[in-house]
Amino acid sequence: MLWVDKYRPKTLDHITVHEEIAQNLKKLVTEQDCPHLLFYGPPGSGKKTLIMALLRQMFGVSAEKVKVENRTWKVDAGSRSIDIELTTLSSVNHIELSPGDAGFQDRYIVQEIIKEMAKNRPIDTKGKKGFKVLVLNEVDKLSREAQHSLRRTMEKYSSYCRLILCCNSSSRVTEAIRSRCLNVRINAPSEEQIVRTLEFIGKKEGLQLPSDFAARIAEKSNRNLRRAILSLETCRVQQYPFSSKQTIPPMDWEEYITEIATDIMKEQSPKRLFQVRGKLYELLINCIPPEIILKRLLYELLRKLDAELKLEVCHWAAYYEHRMRLGQKAIFHIEAFVAKFMSIYKGFLIATFG
Amino acid sequence: MAPIVQSSQPWVEKYRPKQVKDVAHQDEVVRVLTNTLETGSCPHMLFYGPPGTGKTTTALAIAHQLFGPEIYKSRVLELNASDDRGINVVRTKIKDFAAVAVGTSQHKSGYPCPPYKIIVLDEADSMTEDAQNALRRTMETYTKVTRFIFICNYISRIIEPLASRCAKFRFKPLSEEIMSSRILYICKEEGLNLDSEALSTLSSISQGDLRRAITYLQSAARLFGSSISSKDLISVSGVIPEEVVQALLAACKSGNFDLANKEVNNFIAEGYPVSQMLIQLFEAIVETDDISDEQKARISKKLGEADKCLVDGADEYLQLLDVASNTIRACCNMPKEFSYEG
Repeated sequence: MLWVDKYRPKTLDHITVHEEIAQNLKKLVTEQDCPHLLFYGPPGSGKKTLIMALLRQMFGVSAEKVKVENRTWKVDAGSRSIDIELTTLSSVNHIELSPGDAGFQDRYIVQEIIKEMAKNRPIDTKGKKGFKVLVLNEVDKLSREAQHSLRRTMEKYSSYCRLILCCNSSSRVTEAIRSRCLNVRINAPSEEQIVRTLEFIGKKEGLQLPSDFAARIAEKSNRNLRRAILSLETCRVQQYPFSSKQTIPPMDWEEYITEIATDIMKEQSPKRLFQVRGKLYELLINCIPPEIILKRLLYELLRKLDAELKLEVCHWAAYYEHRMRLGQKAIFHIEAFVAKFMSIYKGFLIATFG
Repeated sequence: MAPIVQSSQPWVEKYRPKQVKDVAHQDEVVRVLTNTLETGSCPHMLFYGPPGTGKTTTALAIAHQLFGPEIYKSRVLELNASDDRGINVVRTKIKDFAAVAVGTSQHKSGYPCPPYKIIVLDEADSMTEDAQNALRRTMETYTKVTRFIFICNYISRIIEPLASRCAKFRFKPLSEEIMSSRILYICKEEGLNLDSEALSTLSSISQGDLRRAITYLQSAARLFGSSISSKDLISVSGVIPEEVVQALLAACKSGNFDLANKEVNNFIAEGYPVSQMLIQLFEAIVETDDISDEQKARISKKLGEADKCLVDGADEYLQLLDVASNTIRACCNMPKEFSYEG
């Protein structure tokens, strides 16, 4: 078992990073009264952990007995009927799914499936909870239409079914949904908190963890706790006992992007652009999301630039990322950004050095 | 039906006005509708206005008051965006319902029971144009036995032919006094303790949206117990604390890109929504004294563009960084055009 899963806090009392939120949530559900919840925060900040712990708090141990189910839903959409396959994770009291997986058919998922689930009331009424919980992941990936259809459904079935929504950026969730939920912001853990967690794991595993090494891992992790724990485990495999000088292996794709950035800085020509294209393709076919590539590339380039150029370059990064979102093929836009950067940088070099 | 546990009901539903005359602040609408209740005659209606001003409430209330609980089911069809409302539904479901004739009513239930049915189309602005077009003729053919009520946020999304067939009612955002009195009423009912500072915070963060105000109030009450301070309200509402906004603005004014970048990174890691940041940044910029009007205009223009990009689903970090870099350029009076754009 990976340490990330092994040391995931199981109950609200054990949560260390967002202690205050956990306590508030606990107060919330012990009062028998749970509103719809919307958790938002950057990746690796502990949204899912909190949700699982919350479910456990509500329903007791039975919330942990989950089964994975791959169901095909038949949905009537006007004249034709569509089959939608979707994997759900369910226990007696809750169902978890990522409606975003259904792609452009997500609207039907929301309309039909959620309705159906919401209509199936829990049979056991002598238990205290008169409702089921539906956990929806990645609501920010839902299309606008689907979000619209969610809003009335939420109100209509609110006495039998509570929704817990989870997403990275609440900007992409419509106002209508946000205003119907209790919004819980989960911030990324601070570096000290990460260090403390790493030390806690180290102690449990019986490892000698030099404090400056832990601090370095925390710094590298970009305030992403999951990543910090994963890299701690990687380091453990690579070399133990730890030395404080030990290198923390960066992700290989990050290294690759650093390489691309160096290439771009060295030479700005169509030939180089062609080489870079090959490398970008390599990243894309390895399923690195294009916006992550672009962001990382920007990060690498910004480190090497003069202040004057930075302002300009980050504008173009934002511009092409937006284009990418609207367009179809990511490679065009990443490459356009690279070409744009090359032309700007070349212009800068000529203007400065003649 | 399983018994609904009273406490688990959202206050928004619990305190939804049941009668038209209880709807706050929308005098014109209320006047027309009370008249309707007396005479039993009713035009097609179109309610529009910002969220949380009582549109759905009014429509449901009038329907209930006209027909009473017994025949409500057979007389009122309520469709909203959660139901499929493509052109097929308009052609079949709505048409079928609209076509059924109703007998002249019996007054024994004590309700007016006028001889027509009501179709409430909630969130009508999310109907496709085709579907709206299909409705035009249906509306006219069955005027005798059916009245339509359209509810939408943006009247511009309703096609002109439909809008011209309806009596239009604009729902105004609620004024602060009305909101306060309603909130105080709820506080009294629920036994909450709200000081005047918290009350004014609540009305300012909810911006005239009563539903939002009530939701915040309930969330805060659940999280923090019965006495609520203005800080608690801010923390549940997702409004960004003023000092965070000021920190970013200060970093931009200093003209140091790396500092601004660091602020942006921090901001994203804290998990605040960027769209909210844009709104608050805009307010902060309009209010500050140490930048010229031209600079303000330049910054605001970018804020608008960034907001559009966010709606399109662009990356939050990059957009905010772009806004920050543009603000730096504006504050330092750098030229509008980029110097090395080739």
